[in-house]
Amino acid sequence: MRPVYVVSGGVSKFAKARPDRTFQAVVKEAYDYAITDLDLDFPTFTRCVDGSVASYFSDHFSRQLMAGIMVQDYLGLCPKPGHRVEGGGATGGLCLQEAWKSIASGHMDVCVAYGFETMSHVETWKGNEFIALASDVSWDYPVGGFYSGYYAMMVTRHMKEFGTTVEQMAHVSVKNHLNAYHNPYAQKRNRYTIDDVRNAPMVAWPLTRLDICVMSDGAAAVILASEAGLQRLQAAGAALQRPRVLLTGIGRGTDAMRMADRPHVDYDTFLRDYATEQEKSSDETRAYYKRLWDHGTRYPGVHSFRAGRTAGNMAYKHAGISNPLQELDFIELHDAYTSSEIQTYEDLGLCRYGEGGPFAASGKAFMPGLDYGLKLPAKPVCPVNPSGGLIACGHPVGATGLMQGVFALWQLQGTVDKHFGDRALQLKNPRRGAIHSHAGTGTYVTVSILEREA
Amino acid sequence: MAKLPEQRPESLGGYVVHGVPFPLETDPDALAFLKRMAPLQIEQEYRITYLHSYGQDSPWFAGAANRRLLATTDPVSGYTYATPRGNDVYTGAETEWIDITHRPAKVHAFTVCYFGSEEFLPECPYVLALIEYEGVNTLFLTRLMGLDPQQATLDWIGMRVRPRFLRNSKLKPTDVYFVPADSTED
Repeated sequence: MRPVYVVSGGVSKFAKARPDRTFQAVVKEAYDYAITDLDLDFPTFTRCVDGSVASYFSDHFSRQLMAGIMVQDYLGLCPKPGHRVEGGGATGGLCLQEAWKSIASGHMDVCVAYGFETMSHVETWKGNEFIALASDVSWDYPVGGFYSGYYAMMVTRHMKEFGTTVEQMAHVSVKNHLNAYHNPYAQKRNRYTIDDVRNAPMVAWPLTRLDICVMSDGAAAVILASEAGLQRLQAAGAALQRPRVLLTGIGRGTDAMRMADRPHVDYDTFLRDYATEQEKSSDETRAYYKRLWDHGTRYPGVHSFRAGRTAGNMAYKHAGISNPLQELDFIELHDAYTSSEIQTYEDLGLCRYGEGGPFAASGKAFMPGLDYGLKLPAKPVCPVNPSGGLIACGHPVGATGLMQGVFALWQLQGTVDKHFGDRALQLKNPRRGAIHSHAGTGTYVTVSILEREA
Repeated sequence: MAKLPEQRPESLGGYVVHGVPFPLETDPDALAFLKRMAPLQIEQEYRITYLHSYGQDSPWFAGAANRRLLATTDPVSGYTYATPRGNDVYTGAETEWIDITHRPAKVHAFTVCYFGSEEFLPECPYVLALIEYEGVNTLFLTRLMGLDPQQATLDWIGMRVRPRFLRNSKLKPTDVYFVPADSTED
């Protein structure tokens, strides 16, 4: 496999509704931004790019089949190769990885991954219905199909099993909303307190409206290239950013569509098939897990995502990471719910299973230098969702995973100030970050590692 | 009495407007002005009836219509699915039907939905639950009845429950629902 560089990116302003533009034109905003940031004009980039991958989740939202080719056409990319990928909430992450494969395999030297969703064309409750159709329509949807309900069931089990509290979840909401206060692309830029989160209208007990991401219209685009692609872009006049950023690791995992069908494996199977290398090598951690199993914990059950753990382990191995908390400078992860951010801390090995709640309230996942109005016992170690994540940025599904890629790129380039007009979210000298994209009740999960060249 | 919400609910529908504002003449100034025009939005209805087949899972629905809760099991390993599968995921072998109507069951996880998909809004608040059956390896998604949604507590997890069946089957998984095992109504 060849090295793959993340060259440029663009994001449209995420908004509740974008009736001023069709979806093709919203994608073009993000696409044009990525091209302009390379200091290239549209025709020159069109000559340089070999092909594309398109990302959008639902044909229902736009009531348009084959919307991907309409974007390809609008961007002037016909007749270059392209295809659409779809995998629920992980569509954007899958799209980025498909573009990575195009470059790494030698099939293309310059590839653009673009994605979008226009969720505003239906009312929120109809949107919830469309999303719930991404659950089994024979067995799950007819019972009261509602994704917030599915995630709320996971969290009641997490709370019962591990003692996780609603206040710990609210810490995630306060953090991500305040981070987004400094991100002009975000849909919700507000300062909240723990009480605000808990007093917001209840959606699915115990998740309130401020524990849950919103529906959005938006688009994002990421340009990837090989060494030869970089040379081609440079020869065409591109101003390539230094330091260069590489996509050094990819991982994916899957799980059953029906959450009820997930296995409940024993301790030995967990340790053999799912534990991180760090967990396996620690006597203390093995003993900790043994105690959990002795008290009845089984894995993954409905409280954990084995797809996320599988994707993380795979990406870490690919990128040579053994201690993610210490070796990653930030993570943009799929926080569709505050509870799922906590579950994902555990899946990604930032803490052990069962310790996600205390980790959320510890301060380790917060940004340095921001005043959250909270008493946090620990200093930031690995900020999670410095952009504000899905909870505050919004979640135009097909764009979301690519948005994470763009924000991660800007972090590693050190160009957050240039793009946001605000330095508050720029980490000091970050070397490596992860992005995490997640579908369904944990059905498809991708983890990708981005790394600044030394 | 609770305070009225600050926002009136939004909905589609309304008057049909005949005549759309547009410049009387298409001179260059007027055409340039079109770039500043607010977008036009129209309603498009999309309604369809599917003929959905339950395929190999059909006996489960026939069982529920007859007050029997079925599951499937791998004949060799004994791995048992509360939500039936035609084939075991570990051996690939065809599963067999078993009757679990009277097995002990308890709540594994639950939530109270105060909002939902359009189809279920009239039923809010409703309780969704995953049920754990003794000797069954997977869970079953269902509605939980006979509880006060306002009194939701983690203590509901682990509560013994039993199935009840709709008298008039709709051939849906909601033909069965669960109530606390000590419920005396039948």
